[in-house]
Amino acid sequence: MIGLEHFLIFSGTLFCIGLFGALAKRNVIAILMGLEIMLNSVNINLVAFSRYVTTGDLTGHVFAIFVVAVAAAEVAVGLALIVSIYRSRMSVNAEDFDWLKW
Amino acid sequence: MNFMFWVIAVITLGSALMMVLDKNIFHSALYMIVTFLGVAGIYVLLQADFLAAVQVLVYGGAIAVFIVFGIMLIQRGNMKQTNLFSKSAALAGLVSLGLIVINVVMVLKTEWPISGAAPPEDTVNQIAELMFTKMVIPFEVAAILLLVALLGAVIIAKEVKKTS
Repeated sequence: MIGLEHFLIFSGTLFCIGLFGALAKRNVIAILMGLEIMLNSVNINLVAFSRYVTTGDLTGHVFAIFVVAVAAAEVAVGLALIVSIYRSRMSVNAEDFDWLKW
Repeated sequence: MNFMFWVIAVITLGSALMMVLDKNIFHSALYMIVTFLGVAGIYVLLQADFLAAVQVLVYGGAIAVFIVFGIMLIQRGNMKQTNLFSKSAALAGLVSLGLIVINVVMVLKTEWPISGAAPPEDTVNQIAELMFTKMVIPFEVAAILLLVALLGAVIIAKEVKKTS
């Protein structure tokens, strides 16, 4: 029988894969994709708790919808930043973005 | 449900892993779309029909197109070696593996207060009611956030020139 634990372990593993993508990749778009996977796995957690722990109360679903809205805003601004940086540096390599380092 | 959960979980985790490991950024984006659709399947298993539709629309549609457009605007020429690992990959892998282990152990050790009640039949009505009564202020704030993000994205990407 599939229960709450299965969904929690699944979403935790998905989160860690996203974290690995965000930390280990060189291309900034790949980092952005890792962030999206992480936000998605958090949503699975919220919905799983809403289904198994507070059954009948859908606050978790509403919260997940807000997370989706924030993720959409984040990816729009993130890609605009990447395009803008690319124009001045001609690079999408995260290791080249070192203005704040000396 | 048991069988479907394992099928969807394997597809989702496998494509997420392929997204991270693939060296071609465009293939990574395609694997990411498969991951999003798998997450929508997980929502269906959790009886969250409205969220599954939102997931397909927003992630499978809008964000996927966004990312693909970003790749097409930025990458030129050969895509083969566009998505490589950085110097800190080994450390990142170690941290992620450790987190997975910690998560599994903690989830299995905790006593979850599971309510045995049956889930509600349709979620859309209840979500709408919550959103326009209890959560109306966060709803409006989210609307403003989306507007600000839209304007901000346009201004950042367009690089406003100073006019005298």
